[in-house]
Amino acid sequence: MSKSINSMKIEFIAKSANEGFARSAVAAFAAQYDPSVAVIADLKTVVSEAVTNCIVHGYSEKEDISLCPIYIDCKITEGNILKIKIKDKGRGIEDIKTAMQPLYTTDTEGERSGMGFTVMQTFADGIKVRSAVGKGTTVMLEMRLNRR
Amino acid sequence: MEIRSECVSGTTLAFIKGEIDHHNAKEARSALDGIIERDRPITFKLELSGVSFCDSSGLGLVMGRMRKCQSVGSNMVVRNPSPAAMRILEIAGMDKIIKIEREN
Repeated sequence: MSKSINSMKIEFIAKSANEGFARSAVAAFAAQYDPSVAVIADLKTVVSEAVTNCIVHGYSEKEDISLCPIYIDCKITEGNILKIKIKDKGRGIEDIKTAMQPLYTTDTEGERSGMGFTVMQTFADGIKVRSAVGKGTTVMLEMRLNRR
Repeated sequence: MEIRSECVSGTTLAFIKGEIDHHNAKEARSALDGIIERDRPITFKLELSGVSFCDSSGLGLVMGRMRKCQSVGSNMVVRNPSPAAMRILEIAGMDKIIKIEREN
């Protein structure tokens, strides 16, 4: 396992107003390692997608959101690789493979495009999803901060 | 996020300025639908040059407004998408199914 040279953790409730906070916080942490503007843009987008999934799919809007935490854990490893874990304790995903297919969405009333995981797969340098029904989902993303 | 519009000879031009994510897409959706309903234009142009951030919620927003325009008989055009908006539109192949125009 590669050695961590810096890390940070944040926890906030599953309120949609926190989507902007979450992506800006991760971008500010990553900015110390001199990423390009394009890398920061991609990073903000993937964090936004993962956090939105926690809010829209992980936690039902009927629940008391003060009891719906989202955790972000970031580590920088040698070579300025940013490893991000975005975790909820929500309902979990039954079939991860299907959930990750382009245009797949369970949201019938809203206007979700079903492209969240596709955007994460396209913009990040690596993605893993771990989920257990009734327990929650963790999305693990990897970004090379100094990619050319 | 700021949304404003102008309507000249059957064409409505709506401007979105700011970040499009799941949180503020709701506000944009209701404001844009209000404009489309009110004007029922021949052509509805959505100006995206002022979009500083856009995730897949922006795709949902554009796809939803396409359907809204179809329901009132308007043609929809995306105008001057910013690099952030264009990147997301391209991932979904939306740049192939919606007319995108670039002009000042």
